[in-house]
Order: sequence, then C-alpha cells, then structure tokens
Amino acid sequence: MGLHDENLRPGARVSAVPVSKIMAEAEPVIQLKGISKHYGSVVGVDHVDLSVRNGEFLTLLGPSGCGKSTLLRMIGGFETPTGGTVHLAGEDITGLPPQRRDVNMMFQDYALFPHMSVGQNIAYGLLMKGIRGTAAQDRVREALRLVGLEDKIDQRPHQLSGGQRQRIALARAIVREPKVLLLDEPLSALDAKLREQMQVELKHMQERLGITFIMVTHDQSEALVMSDRIVVMQAGNIAQDGTPEDLYERPASPYVANFIGTTNFLSAKLLSQEGTLAVVEVAGQKITISNAPVHLTGNTLQIGVRPEKARIVADGSAPGDNLLRGRVKENIYLGLGLRTVTELADGSLISTDTMLPRGIASHKHARPGDEVVISLEPHNIFLFEAGS
Amino acid sequence: MNAVAMTPPRAGKARSTRWIADGAFMTFVCALMAFLYLPIAVLIVFSFNDSRTLTWPLSGFTLDWYVKLFSNTALLEALGNSLYVASCATVLTLMVGIPAAIALDRHQFPGKAVFRRLLLLPIALPGIVTGISMLNMFRIFGFGLSLETVILGHATALLAVVVTQIFARLQRVPKSYGEASSDLGANGLQTFWYVTLPNIKTAIIGAGLLSFVLSFDEIPVTFFLTGRDNTLPMYIYSTMRRGITPEINAIGTLIVLASALLILASVLVLRDRSQRS
Repeated sequence: MGLHDENLRPGARVSAVPVSKIMAEAEPVIQLKGISKHYGSVVGVDHVDLSVRNGEFLTLLGPSGCGKSTLLRMIGGFETPTGGTVHLAGEDITGLPPQRRDVNMMFQDYALFPHMSVGQNIAYGLLMKGIRGTAAQDRVREALRLVGLEDKIDQRPHQLSGGQRQRIALARAIVREPKVLLLDEPLSALDAKLREQMQVELKHMQERLGITFIMVTHDQSEALVMSDRIVVMQAGNIAQDGTPEDLYERPASPYVANFIGTTNFLSAKLLSQEGTLAVVEVAGQKITISNAPVHLTGNTLQIGVRPEKARIVADGSAPGDNLLRGRVKENIYLGLGLRTVTELADGSLISTDTMLPRGIASHKHARPGDEVVISLEPHNIFLFEAGS
Repeated sequence: MNAVAMTPPRAGKARSTRWIADGAFMTFVCALMAFLYLPIAVLIVFSFNDSRTLTWPLSGFTLDWYVKLFSNTALLEALGNSLYVASCATVLTLMVGIPAAIALDRHQFPGKAVFRRLLLLPIALPGIVTGISMLNMFRIFGFGLSLETVILGHATALLAVVVTQIFARLQRVPKSYGEASSDLGANGLQTFWYVTLPNIKTAIIGAGLLSFVLSFDEIPVTFFLTGRDNTLPMYIYSTMRRGITPEINAIGTLIVLASALLILASVLVLRDRSQRS
C-alpha cells in the first residue's frame, strides 16, 4: 500500500529543472576536500567534503554555530582553513586571498560603502579589475537593470529601503560575473513579507544568470523555497545533503527531521523486520513501516511523523492497521489549517494537521476530550534508532 | 479657556513649581556660560583699550596694541615657531597614529594588548614626565635641542589622543566594508585608500585639529625640549613675568579668532560630508 510513491528515486525532481542545469552538473565548480577550521580546541568545521555543481543553488542550513558561515567564509577566502583544500573550477585556491578568487560574496549587512553612490558601489569591483569609463558604465547599468533599480544610480545607500539595498548588494556582487556567488543570510535583515517575495526573486535571478549560488541560512523554509540542494549542518559536520524533497521526506536523522519542518517523535519498540518492512509497537499499537532502514541494531527506536501526514479518522472506517488511539488535548488554529494535539495511551503527544479549505466554521473536527483514532500510512513514517 | 477652567488646582501649583525650576536651571546655565566666556570677553575688550593698565573703566578705543604686536619681531617669530611646531607635530602624529589605530582595530598580533596600553599610556603621563624623559634621551643620543626635538616631543605626547580618536571611529566602521572591498578585488592598500580612509576622514580631521590646538598651546614638554627658539606660549609666559600687557591681550584675541575660524571650518567640512552621504 502506497509503495509506488517510494519508487520515486532520490534525485528525481518533482519540480521542473532546466535542462541546461542538468547538463552542467558534470563538473564541480567548487570542491571542498577534508576542509576543517579549528579555533584552538574549538571545532568550527570538521573535515567536510563537498562538491558544488555548476549552476546549482546550494544552501548551507543549520542553527547558529553549526559551522555553515565559517564554511562559506572559507570559500570566499575570509577564513583560512586549518586543514583541507578548496578548489574552484579545478584550481586549488586554498591559499589565495579574497581579491584573487573568482567568487563574490553578498554580505549579511550588505556592506554597501556609505560614502559612494549606488553607481560607484557597483563600479568598484570593475574599477579593481581595471574596467572603467563607458565599458564600466554599461555594465553598471546592466546590473542595475537586472535588479530593477536603474533610477537609483546616483543615490546613496542610506537613501534606499532595506529591500533596495539588498538588490544593490546583489548587483554589486554579480557585476564582476563571478563563477560562484556566496550569500551570507541574504534576507535576514528584511521583514517577513519582503523576505518571502525576495526568496522567489533571488531564485529566479539565479536561474536567469546561471551563476552558482551558495547560500547560508538558518531559515528552513527559505532553504526549501530557494534551493536545488540543501546541506544540513550539525556541529561542524554535514548531517545530510540532498534535494529539498529528500530532506523533507527522507530525513536521515531526527536532527534533520526536527530542523526541517515539524515532526512528531514517538518512542517505538521493534517487533519484527523483513528488509525495509518493519513492524514496531507504539503506545501499545502495532505500526507497520514500509521504508525502514535495513540494518536496525537496537530494539529501542523512534518514529517520526509529519503532522500533515497523520490523519484523524472515524473509528472503524479505516483498516485495522497503523492506528493510534488517544484523547484530544487541544486544537490550535493555524489559519491555513487546524492542528489537533492528541494524547496517546502512554501519555505521549502527537499533532495532526488538517487543512481548512472551506474555513473552520464548516469544518467538523474533534473537540478536546473526544476519543479519536489517528491513522498513519506505512510509507509516511520515519524510523530512527534511538539516540541517532 | 475651557481647558484652563478644567485644570485642577494642583496642576496650577505644579506649573509654578516648574516655572521656578526652569528659572533656576536657566540661571545656572547663564552662570556657567559666564564662567566659561567672561574671561575671554574681558581679554578681547582690553585688547582694544587705550590704557597700559588693565583697570576698569575703559578709557578709550585703540588699535595700537595690534600695531605694536605686528612690529614685535620676537613675538612674531614665536608665533611662526608655534605654527611650525604644531603643523609638523600634527602631521607626524597622524602619520604614526593612523596605522597604529588600524593595526589595533583590524589585526590580531602577539602582544597586542601591551602595544595598545603602551600607545595610550602617554595620555595619562604628565607632560613634565614626557619632557624630562625625552630630554634625557636626546642628551644621551647627543641630539641638540631645537624646534625639531619639540616636534618629536609633541608628536609623542599627542599620539595617544590621535590613536584613541581614530580607533574609536574604526570600531564603528563595520568589518564587512573591508571584506567587501577585498571581495571585489581590492588589495590592502586600495581598501585603505578607497574604503577605510573615506569612512574615518572626519575622525582624522577632528584628531588633527585637536592635536594642532593642543600642540599650539603646549608648555611643559616644550619647556624641556626647546633650544634657543621660543614658541608662542613660552614667549607669552616669559613676558608675563613683567606683567600682563595689552599686547598679550591682542595676541590672545587673535588666537581666539583663529580658533573660531578653525572650528567653523571643521563644522563646514563635517556638515558637507553628512549632506553628501
């Protein structure tokens, strides 16, 4: 039941990927080999290997202190690795200073020079390349046209809004036509509404320019919206590396499942396993999982269920398998949907989300105190070893 | 009218208390201003008084003291020496102080904390100590005392002032400016010239003006380090032993005027920048 969904192999994208992008995937534009950064005894980045394909939008995702910014800054040349090498288009650039690397960075605070006009800011990178005069002017205008701010050429950065400054910073970083653009939390200074709009805009810009983007963020929804590939980092290491779909639907660890989206974690006991088919006991109920890891070592396990993939069903209407019984504790109105928190027999809590396509008034839902049955689909359950 | 009628009696009392408080505050401010500026006003007024003695009431208006001033070659020479010393000391201290401030702000190196304290120490050292110790040093190395040794002394004493001012400004310039500059292809020198310098320009002007003024009226260090030449404060001090003459009031007035012009110039420079940026 439902196994056909899992036949989608990892990497087979649901969304349309431009053909050119797939063609260019052969040669890595950035290659990190065993790269480390230690500050005395503190480990910032610990022996990371990573290849970035040409034209890819890659996101380094993780909480603060996980090493994602350090990794980005080592690619940009602002930090010297204590071990390992950085290759750009096959060339070892580990020892080169930032000004001799064909990559550009968009800074978190944009770092626009306040004493220069917008035009001078953008021309700066060209001037340093020895491009000046009308050739430089044309390229500055072209970059401004790309970000839709041609009329701001003579203004000062402080006269612009946050969103405009962000675009100018982008224009300044791309005017040198770098092989790779590094973006350090590019949208964190914007308010929520503008941030959502700029996520899509940056993504479109990247597709149009065909430049490889490597972005750092701690915002998982931003990463999901924008990236071709996400590298989730944990304490200086790569926790998982995959497409947004991979990470959301097949998280490798509870850390990833917890960091990307919302996940209910319930403790489970292994009853039997046959290949990827596992039967576990959760809160006194038998639960079948169709895509379990093959080599489970312990008996004490953890299952993870996304709230939107668990359904409250009428008792007796569903087949007898994969049902959890409990009592509704509370309903949380999310606007888009309704989150119902249910307490199971063993006292653990599970959240289920229901969409509200016709609004809450016309939706029949269980009230706090009601006995309910929650149905889980075997292919929509993550199974992790406890402590992993 | 209505509002007044509705004001409870207590509010009226509060208003009169407030009026008294305001009055007391204004009186205090006026007294403070008088304390600061009355002596200068007296100096200016007496520089135009036609009596040799500084006594009230004023006897008549004259420009004689200014005429005398400009025929007093010793005084003019002292003024020239002071301008020379202050200019050179300012340039020298900026040349050493700017790189030192940048080193403190941008770079990590062993002994940085010690370096910083050593740089800032002279600000707490009395001029007399700087003067005596540099005198000893120059003697040991066999330097003859001259205006140039005064310049070295002033530059040393002022270094702490310059470094403090510029370092404070550098701390407010985001590190990302320098990183963005090198990211965009600039080497260290280009980054300094095109990005760092414009952003600390006003602090440099301010520190320069301050150094100039401090050096211009410096006595203790000058006293120990000068040879046969006199600077203006030294000259004034030496003539003062024979009593304050209206001539000294005249030179004082001219210095006040020059200072006012300097302040005006710096205000104009700073305003110009804030409008453009």
